[in-house]
Amino acid sequence: MHQTRRGRQSIKASLFITCTIDQFYPQVGEAVVKVLRRLGVDVNFPEAQTCCGQPFFNGGYRQEAKDLARRFLDVFDGNDYVIVPSGSCGSMVRSFYSELFADHADALARAEDLASRTYEFSEFIVNVLEVTDVGASFAGKVTYHDACHLLRELHVEDQPRSLIQAVKGVELVEMEASQACCGFGGLFSVKFPHISTAILDSKLQSIEASGADVVVANDSGCLMQMGGAMSRRNMKAKPMHLAELLAQEGGRA
Amino acid sequence: MSEVKSKEFQSASKAALNDKGLQRLLGRVVHGFADLRDAAVEEVTEPVWEQLRERARSIKQQTLANLDYYLELVDKSVTRNGGHVHFAKDADEANKIVLEIAKRHDVKRVVKSKSMVSEEMGINQVLEANGIEPVETDLGEYIIQLAKETPFHISAPALHKSREQVSDLFHDWLKSQPTNEIEELCRIARDELRDKFATADMGITGANFIVAETGTVMLVTNEGNGRMTTSAPRVLVTLAGMEKVVPALEDLATFIRLLPRSATGQRISAYTTFLGGPRSATDEDGPEEYHLVLVDNGRMNVLKDPEMREVLQCIRCGACLNTCPVYQKVGGHAYGWVYSGPIGAILTPLLVGMDEGKELPFASSLCGACKDVCPVKIDIPRLLLRLRGRATEGGNGVKGSAPWIQKLMVRRWFSSVKTRQAMNRSAKLGRLLQRPVARGGRIKRIPLPMVSGWTQQRDFPALAPKSFSEVWRDSLDKP
Repeated sequence: MHQTRRGRQSIKASLFITCTIDQFYPQVGEAVVKVLRRLGVDVNFPEAQTCCGQPFFNGGYRQEAKDLARRFLDVFDGNDYVIVPSGSCGSMVRSFYSELFADHADALARAEDLASRTYEFSEFIVNVLEVTDVGASFAGKVTYHDACHLLRELHVEDQPRSLIQAVKGVELVEMEASQACCGFGGLFSVKFPHISTAILDSKLQSIEASGADVVVANDSGCLMQMGGAMSRRNMKAKPMHLAELLAQEGGRA
Repeated sequence: MSEVKSKEFQSASKAALNDKGLQRLLGRVVHGFADLRDAAVEEVTEPVWEQLRERARSIKQQTLANLDYYLELVDKSVTRNGGHVHFAKDADEANKIVLEIAKRHDVKRVVKSKSMVSEEMGINQVLEANGIEPVETDLGEYIIQLAKETPFHISAPALHKSREQVSDLFHDWLKSQPTNEIEELCRIARDELRDKFATADMGITGANFIVAETGTVMLVTNEGNGRMTTSAPRVLVTLAGMEKVVPALEDLATFIRLLPRSATGQRISAYTTFLGGPRSATDEDGPEEYHLVLVDNGRMNVLKDPEMREVLQCIRCGACLNTCPVYQKVGGHAYGWVYSGPIGAILTPLLVGMDEGKELPFASSLCGACKDVCPVKIDIPRLLLRLRGRATEGGNGVKGSAPWIQKLMVRRWFSSVKTRQAMNRSAKLGRLLQRPVARGGRIKRIPLPMVSGWTQQRDFPALAPKSFSEVWRDSLDKP
């Protein structure tokens, strides 16, 4: 899709920070900015952005989702790359906008253009910038949780792992069934909390068995789900967004 | 039609999670099937598997696009073989056809091999009510027939029964000695069923595939009961959903490689049986009379529904159930009808109606594991999303039926993210409102209807003192 590796100074990118990060985990957004700037990316944050529409879409509220998606197309109009530190919101833009606008030719064309410019954070660093060592250092044992949409809609699997492995001082340990869902599923976790947490139990067991100090994921939904139970149960392991890990300079678990 | 209890998913799933014995079995068996499937695919190698899936999908799509033509061809071929073909528009009509055949032949006992469409029809109850004894001969189906239950799983109907429970059932119904030996339990069932095969007047089978050009029905079984059912009784009836057709014999070569591997991880099933008509003059056994009943029961409506049509590609392997994190926890009965798991969450609202089935499309984390294992590449999460849209907003003949309180909350949420200004205002209000419950960046209890369940076992994050957009404006904008 992107033919050449351009000079880093010239790469301009707009950040799509996601509502969850904006409101609950601003430090993740700050980490994204820090890492990308360290790599020489000219970062922009279109301040009018709000929600991509995914929660509405997943709840069956297609009209609301369409309104927000149209707005999103306006906010991210132009030629810049769009970088999103979430596989879930990223797949809304890349996979599901075309579903939403199947019968709206004008919006569909714009959505397809946007999809071709939109990258998940780790995917952007590895595939576009062609970097794996971002100059981070962190002492600790890290395990990686594959967020479902990142893995199965965007097919991003190796990129986060190579980025983690390149962090000085980090030991990457694979947990059992890293690709198993954590049980979040957005509204699913609200509507069926008993099933959601039963699925989460298996995930937490895998994390614990891995002996990791930190569980890294590229989706704040998963981190909200896993982290919410990890703090309730006082687990040893701590949740961390990949961007937070990559922003570390000499931190330890 | 068989009874539908899908509206009770919420309570039934809770009951399943509280059933410790069930949880032990689910953890072991369901994952086991998924692992066997993965190993079988690995052996074939991923690229070859992908080619097979692609071919299977394309055969199914082309057949469905011309289904009228292929159904006519089936009619001609089976008639040419000396059999009779019936078309039934719904479960009632299918039941009547079977009953009429049974009465004409003065049938007292029917042996059945596994058939999911017969579960849709609820044919066993209909036969019983008319003084005819139906006997399930697939071991799993036999067990749940004795237990008076419905299938827990598409391909492993008694997956939820432990050997102790089976022993108890056999003791109660067959007066056998209690045993924990699986071999012994199989022997008891075999002894019992052998006599039923020998004395049955009629056999009923399902169909994994029907070949249009030859009228051949293919059955995939592991116990030999399919072959006994098709060869011993003097009258034989095959029940099949109308979507089971494939054009040519050679197409079976693709599907036989996909189906057993996806279902149980087997390279091929122990028995692969071909039938499609009565015995010929030179055959030593086989039925004297053969009937094929093609059942619609909602399928033709799905065929006319381009957003949903691909669900008719399903070959009922059960792989999506085995890999589904929700099915792995709640099992099959919670889904409340014949089909469970991700595919059941699509089929139930489509075949039974959205009124009954609307809970099910929401009972998914949309993780997409089902889509990855589906041998005919049905985009299950996307179909679930489309059904959610219909359930909430309406469309395609469905009336939207989101609860008013949910609609109200969604409207509020929507207006709070419509613009950045609105989002900032809502965040400000939220930070004020969370003060009494937020401690150290965490909320341990959300005292709100509909969302309070979240914090029963998990902390919820508190809204940050400053949103990212505020941080950006204050300190990040000008590096």
